[in-house]
Amino acid sequence: MTDLTLNKKDFTSDQEVRWCPGCGDYSVLSTMQSFLPELGVPRENIVFISGIGCSSRFPYYLNTFGMHSIHGRAPAIASGLAIARPDLTVFVITGDGDALSIGGNHLIHALRRNVELKILLFNNRIYGLTKGQYSPASEQGKITKSTPYGSLDTPFNPVSLAIGAEATFVARSIDSDRKHLTQILRQAAAHKGSALIEIYQNCPIFNDGAFDQVKDNETKEGSLLQMVHGLPIKSSTFGVVRDGARLKLAELSTINEADVVIHDAHDLDPSYAFALSRLSGSSLEHTPIGVFRDVERPGYSAMVNDQLSSIIQTQGVGDLGKLLNSGDTWVVD
Amino acid sequence: MSKPTIAVKSVIIRFAGDSGDGMQLTGDRFTMDTASLGNDISTLPNFPAEIRAPQGTLPGVSSFQLHFADHHVRTAGDAPDVLVAMNPAALKANIKDIPRGATIIVDKDEFTSRNLSKVGYEINPLDDGSLSSYKIHPVALTSMTVAALAHLPLSRKEAERAKNMFALGLLSWMYHRPTDATEAFLKAKFAKKPDILEANLVAYRTGWNYGETSEDFATSYEVAPAHMPPGMYRNIGGNIALAYGLIAAAQQSGLKLFLGSYPITPASEILHELSKHKKFGVITFQAEDEIAAVGSALGASYGGALGITTTSGPGIALKSEMIGLGVMLELPLIIIDVQRGGPSTGLPTKTEQADLLQVMFGRNGESPAAVIAASTPSDCFTMAMEAVRIATTYRVPVFLLSDGYIANGSEPWKIPDVSTLPDLSVEFALSQDNFLPYLRDPQSLARPWAIPGTAGIEHRIGGIEKQDKTGEINYEPANHDFMVRTRQAKVDGIAVPDLEVDDPTGDAKLLFLGWGSTYGPIASAVETLRNNGEKIAQAHLKYINPFPSNLGAVLNKYEKVITPEMNLGQLAMLLRSKYLKDIVGYNMVRGLPFTTAELVEAAMGVLHND
Repeated sequence: MTDLTLNKKDFTSDQEVRWCPGCGDYSVLSTMQSFLPELGVPRENIVFISGIGCSSRFPYYLNTFGMHSIHGRAPAIASGLAIARPDLTVFVITGDGDALSIGGNHLIHALRRNVELKILLFNNRIYGLTKGQYSPASEQGKITKSTPYGSLDTPFNPVSLAIGAEATFVARSIDSDRKHLTQILRQAAAHKGSALIEIYQNCPIFNDGAFDQVKDNETKEGSLLQMVHGLPIKSSTFGVVRDGARLKLAELSTINEADVVIHDAHDLDPSYAFALSRLSGSSLEHTPIGVFRDVERPGYSAMVNDQLSSIIQTQGVGDLGKLLNSGDTWVVD
Repeated sequence: MSKPTIAVKSVIIRFAGDSGDGMQLTGDRFTMDTASLGNDISTLPNFPAEIRAPQGTLPGVSSFQLHFADHHVRTAGDAPDVLVAMNPAALKANIKDIPRGATIIVDKDEFTSRNLSKVGYEINPLDDGSLSSYKIHPVALTSMTVAALAHLPLSRKEAERAKNMFALGLLSWMYHRPTDATEAFLKAKFAKKPDILEANLVAYRTGWNYGETSEDFATSYEVAPAHMPPGMYRNIGGNIALAYGLIAAAQQSGLKLFLGSYPITPASEILHELSKHKKFGVITFQAEDEIAAVGSALGASYGGALGITTTSGPGIALKSEMIGLGVMLELPLIIIDVQRGGPSTGLPTKTEQADLLQVMFGRNGESPAAVIAASTPSDCFTMAMEAVRIATTYRVPVFLLSDGYIANGSEPWKIPDVSTLPDLSVEFALSQDNFLPYLRDPQSLARPWAIPGTAGIEHRIGGIEKQDKTGEINYEPANHDFMVRTRQAKVDGIAVPDLEVDDPTGDAKLLFLGWGSTYGPIASAVETLRNNGEKIAQAHLKYINPFPSNLGAVLNKYEKVITPEMNLGQLAMLLRSKYLKDIVGYNMVRGLPFTTAELVEAAMGVLHND
């Protein structure tokens, strides 16, 4: 087993990083490399599996096991690996096109099953690797190479989608906020089942400034609704309050601060986290950030392997000779 | 006084009825009782694509044919000696296959004007003399069954449902089949429903007694046991044999079996069977789609498990890109294709061999994979183990082709002694410095199977072209050319046994060369031709990519080669392109196996008509 007193360098591979200058992926990579040592997991027991897209180059730059697979299918491959090898820590690296478009089916099914995967969804709201077409997360009306007259599609909100699939851990963070992202990675790693982290990530070439509203110093404090379990959900100017069974935004100056909803990430009812996810629109003016939902449900791989051991415990290990000789048999002399 | 018994050498019976009439169960039981008598058997179920087509209609007809004999049989037979037709639809759907002089037993209670008009009989065929060239037995199957069960607290409908057991009892009497195994089967099946158990037992015995006492049945028949090599036998279907072969291979390799699968006809039974056997450490994962099914299998293989996926043609189409990734990653992967009629949804419940070129070439780029094919139901056991041997030795995706005929058909299987099964143990890469994930074994050209959890060999792989040895991303022209050729050379170099040729006189001019489930019909045709004094050689390909190394020499030894395929000539195309040898195709795509008679005729045409 590897020495567990590792540092960032130990998790950095010898490969030259080849993202465009200024790409948000650099800071996510660096945050991950710095975070991995604190996991306390031997390097050889960590696997990163990605699909296709700019962010999916991520595994090459980490000195762990890694697989750069095919478009959209990383959650399927990672599910097989996690089920067959419950001893491993498996991360999935994906993007908004990879996870929400071509691979949408695998994403929702991995989440509903609660397979022990930590899924990092890099959302830059654009197709970068194919050079600038709109993605399923692009805002309606977006002018891109494939939509010169504006896109007509209603976008997915990845957090809403994940909660709709009853994911047990769903969070959102931002590429450039290393401290926040580290904190979210830490909570995701501690979670037993599937974790989905949407990371707002800037593409300086094809969608530059997409997240300026929540990154610029002038606007971010007023736009980011901070979600911390046990604390009120608010930005510098707005708070989340209850409106019957729903949630809505209210200017802090117009309400009693005691009415601001105290965040309960462990609420088993997904409709609460879903309501939080609907507070933000494409404009990002009011964007919840942090952990939407963190509830306990048995992990899929754990259940698969528990079922196997309990069957073996009650029936004994299979005897091949008996199996082949089962059913109606006869002897020819 | 007991009735006369006639000894016959072989019998072909077809049970046909509505899909709700229990014909498959009836056929299965008759098969089991026949197998235990020591006859050789071959069976062919034929069921509709619809789960329950409207009652009494032609699309709802389900049938089960079995051929049993005092000698080795290869097929379920061309022409039934006996047809059991449970209703007018079953009679109408099957009569064209029944030769004059054959015995037809019908449930005359079902020949009502309503049922007759449903299938377009204007006059009752039992009355109009149209069946006069058959030995026709109109039996009041339904009413006699209901009358026999009058003492039981059952609704009329429940009582009627036991009529298949009446029919089974009658046929068991006709052919002297033992009854104890079926009685034991019924007792186990209906242990929790005593009234239904009683109904089935009474109907079964009533059917038997009816044969014994009714004047309508004057004779019964006996078929002596076939001569078979000594040993323990059971009857086995292709899908079950495949599942057993995979479990055996997992055990012999010391690997954890991981099946990623999505339900599809006619392959689902393998998923069902494997999911029963978790005590062998078998993991079955019913994925969200065909792509995830193969993806999870590949992920499991990457982790050091035996990754397997099972499907049929449409599923292969969906899995293709992932299989290409398997070719690139050079990991073991087993893909089982139980072929059915295509293209598209095609004929889901019928058999065909038209996926051969799809599995050979249906991927982007130069993407070689191994292809092997089972020839009979019991051969699936052996070929499943072969698929595992090739996949783990060469770290390559392996297609194992079966088809609907093999999957659903059955035959006696001499159960192998577990201690004689081959050793399939594998070696994973060990902890080491300066690990090279694409450094190949010079013999097999396989790269190391380097699984997560092994310290010091952390590495990254993917679908992008990679540099020889290091496995790092590489776009250089010469490297790509080298890697493409190397992956091809690895598959071309897979060790497979030589093709065996059966040419008893040694001077035949015509070679019958088949692959897959055509084995039975070809062997049967060859037997007939030889009995007629023709000189014929026979060989059957089980390894298609790569071909056995002696195949070219075998082809060149014969003036003519005839290759029957249930496609438009796919193997023939491969043989012609590789060996520049003309191949005479015999091609039919009817969703049914070849008959012996048509293959005999085709061969006679080649032998004498030019």
